[in-house]
Amino acid sequence: MSATTSGSMSTLAGIFRHAVLLLTGALLLFPFLWMVSLSLKAPGEIFHTSFFWPAQFYGIENYGKALTEAPLLRYLFNGFVVCALILALQVVLCAPCAYALAKLRFLGRDLIFAVVLAGLIMPHQVLSLPLFIIGYKFDILNTYTALILPYAVSPFGIFLFRQFFKTIPDDVVHAARLDGLSELAIVWKVMMPMSLPAIIAFSIFSVVGHWNDLFWPLIAVRDQSLMPPPLGILAFKNEEAGSDYGPLMAASTLVMLPLIIAFLVGQRWFVEGLIQGAVKQ
Amino acid sequence: MSEPLVFTKARTGSSVIRRAPLLAVSPARRQALAMTLAGLGLAGPAIVFLLGLFLLPAVAVIFVALTDWQFGAVSFSFVGLDNYRELFADATFRVSLVNTAVYVLIVVPGTTLTGLAIALLIESGNSCRSFYRAIHFLPFMATITTMAIVWEALLHPTMGLVNQLFAAAGLPTANWLRNENTVLPVLGLIGIWQNLGYAMVLFLAGLKRIPQDLYDAADVDGADLWIDRLRTITLPLLGPVSVFVVIVVSLKALESFDAVKVLTQGGPGHASEVLLYTLYRESFEYLRAGYGAAIAVVLLGLVVSLTLINTLIMDRKVHYQ
Repeated sequence: MSATTSGSMSTLAGIFRHAVLLLTGALLLFPFLWMVSLSLKAPGEIFHTSFFWPAQFYGIENYGKALTEAPLLRYLFNGFVVCALILALQVVLCAPCAYALAKLRFLGRDLIFAVVLAGLIMPHQVLSLPLFIIGYKFDILNTYTALILPYAVSPFGIFLFRQFFKTIPDDVVHAARLDGLSELAIVWKVMMPMSLPAIIAFSIFSVVGHWNDLFWPLIAVRDQSLMPPPLGILAFKNEEAGSDYGPLMAASTLVMLPLIIAFLVGQRWFVEGLIQGAVKQ
Repeated sequence: MSEPLVFTKARTGSSVIRRAPLLAVSPARRQALAMTLAGLGLAGPAIVFLLGLFLLPAVAVIFVALTDWQFGAVSFSFVGLDNYRELFADATFRVSLVNTAVYVLIVVPGTTLTGLAIALLIESGNSCRSFYRAIHFLPFMATITTMAIVWEALLHPTMGLVNQLFAAAGLPTANWLRNENTVLPVLGLIGIWQNLGYAMVLFLAGLKRIPQDLYDAADVDGADLWIDRLRTITLPLLGPVSVFVVIVVSLKALESFDAVKVLTQGGPGHASEVLLYTLYRESFEYLRAGYGAAIAVVLLGLVVSLTLINTLIMDRKVHYQ
């Protein structure tokens, strides 16, 4: 095969590669573009034109309606509060446990690790029924606590941090001990600053998961003022009888926006974080 | 990194000498005790929550499944395996199991094959890799509840874009989400749309681990066509990753709920009733705790079996290498 033929072959292959990937990419992104497009269209126009760009710009009305007719800002606020508190609790509880499992040798360590692994394979929805009963008994249903508490500890977080801590040399730990740091101080002042990739990966995994969760909030809260975004959107859809797509799409766009912006900014970290999540299984 | 290393060794030596007299009784045991206390102290809070929020509820769900308890009822009695007997005699539950299986059988091959194809295409060139990776990955992190509403608008029977395009192209149109023959395949397609980016990144990670020497060796052996390299090296070496992807995507498909809740509520009839939706409805709408718990145990059994299969295959893979 001469150099020129193989050269034109690879040019052809390159064109084919771009053509296919642009096509599949466009197909996958289409629902997002359609969502934004519908959020800018007037009610009469929504179903009568197949074009992206609205003939009559109706964005202000739709977004205005989404923000005034549903407590959308409240939903978003609830989402931020719930995700932030869950993540904070998870890190505070998981990191010391992961350090003990990775760096200390003690009686019962293997048993504790077995408990972590057992928690790791458990699908959370299976536990919803007993968790609902616990919430009922302690009278915390329909509160922020009900949304946050079931996720206070993450077996995956313990697992991920343990894996990462194991790659940090023992000598670092010994040196910190000789400097007079307590074990707990070693976790926060030595291990955590060295584990930034694991922390970021876990944070994305946790926040994306809980921002998008519908199943548990559906069970745990009834008050609109407590609803996280997905549940709020569902309530908005049911109230609007589901046919007023303009404001509904405006609300959906606003709910997706924080995740999409975060994704565009830290794309590499997102992919990394959610791949790490695969070891959960 | 190397500086503290040296420093540590020097200091450790001196500290042993200094501490020796203090620990005269039994230094080893005393140190072991201190270590155990520190370990339990650090792991303790997490373990308390793990037991309370994961292990005890799991035991409780198995226990509740053996009773006839209803939410709100003051008393309950043990009914042994009656809930399971009723469950497998119940036509709705059987439909739900079959639908879940069909859904998994649509989503898993669809997601795995398209994910693999896109990963191979992305890796076959050097330009725009992270751009393509990002746009194909975006649906995986999207909020399904909101995207389901977008899909509903697209699939609207009279005015949705899909039917408009199909009609314009002379293809048959349908009320996709209200027709019992199309609803499950359509939900399956939405599932593929959502998960294929995930399969793609897992395959990309797998492709990165294939050593370049193998391709160089294949070149020497005359396998210079793209298809030969794919057949002799890439696909065989992706075997273990493929198993992993199949299982992870199966687990995701088994746990799908949001799109069904938003779009179909299991309907029309029970045509899109899937396991998790049945679990939700029996437990939290009909408040049949005992019965719902039995469904939860079935789901748990399926998930644990898949995970164990995965672990066994992954262990074998490690021995091979």
